[in-house]
Amino acid sequence: MEGMQPLHPFTVHTQLPIELFGVDISLTNTAIALLLASVCSTAILMLLLQRQSILPGRWQLLGELYYDFVRNMTVKNIHEHGERYVPVMFTLFTLIAGSNMIGLMPGSFAPTTQIVVTGTLAIAVFLYTIYLRIRLHGWGFFHAFAPPGIPALLLPLMVPVEILSFLARPVSLAVRLFANMTAGHTVLGVIAFFGLLAPWYIQWVPLSLSVALLGVEIFIAAIQAYIFCVLSCVYIDDAIHPHS
Amino acid sequence: METQSAALIGMGLAAVGMAGSGIGIGYIFGKMIEAVARQPEAEPILSKYAWIGFALVEAIALYALVLAFIIMGQA
Repeated sequence: MEGMQPLHPFTVHTQLPIELFGVDISLTNTAIALLLASVCSTAILMLLLQRQSILPGRWQLLGELYYDFVRNMTVKNIHEHGERYVPVMFTLFTLIAGSNMIGLMPGSFAPTTQIVVTGTLAIAVFLYTIYLRIRLHGWGFFHAFAPPGIPALLLPLMVPVEILSFLARPVSLAVRLFANMTAGHTVLGVIAFFGLLAPWYIQWVPLSLSVALLGVEIFIAAIQAYIFCVLSCVYIDDAIHPHS
Repeated sequence: METQSAALIGMGLAAVGMAGSGIGIGYIFGKMIEAVARQPEAEPILSKYAWIGFALVEAIALYALVLAFIIMGQA
């Protein structure tokens, strides 16, 4: 088992040191992969919609299907103003799915295996829901922690639980995505290492398993992006209509 | 006991948490099969929820993995 370092692929290296006004904004492999993911997904979407027509061709249909999928998800989960949130959810979904997928390329790096990236996204969604609550409900913001119709005797028990569950939202949102991606890549690495370690006559078992696991990973990459967006939609809907 | 060996035991213990997730995933797909057997035409709707539930439950197992990594980092 010498030489097996399952967490080695997730170390961040500085590729191009830049320092601006004393702030370290060096280009790391995370940043490069994140940029690559956003550029690639934008380029693919633009290529799909290159020749637009009323009767969509095969490629345009693919792009429209993808957009329709995200739009349906948003409109179904945010009940009243769902249409307004379609662009942001589309961007979020494309960014997360793109950065999940780009890590599956051999030799590449998945930005979502860094909790900094997922945490930033989750905290952005969380702060936006707080802003939305305060703007729409004012002081009614605090009613969210005391659901209507519960007896006063239960309040000291309920309010801390509600506050805790409210604060746990961004944490679970960030850790879910990060852990799924990290675990997936670790499992791929461990299986591939077994494949390299095994004697030649049994090598095909772990190596073919790693091909199957790569398929599962592509599926997980898409489903985790979907879950992140669905939960963001649910939280935004919760901020618009608390306890509906 | 040395810290290193204690950390290894702790990592193994953290993996126990995955048992709950296994039960959960079994429950989800068992109920899904039951539901599809009762009403085969509802499968597209049900499968969507089943996969969302699967991903949510699977994430719980991965929290155990994160815990194991944290313990590994402490050693």
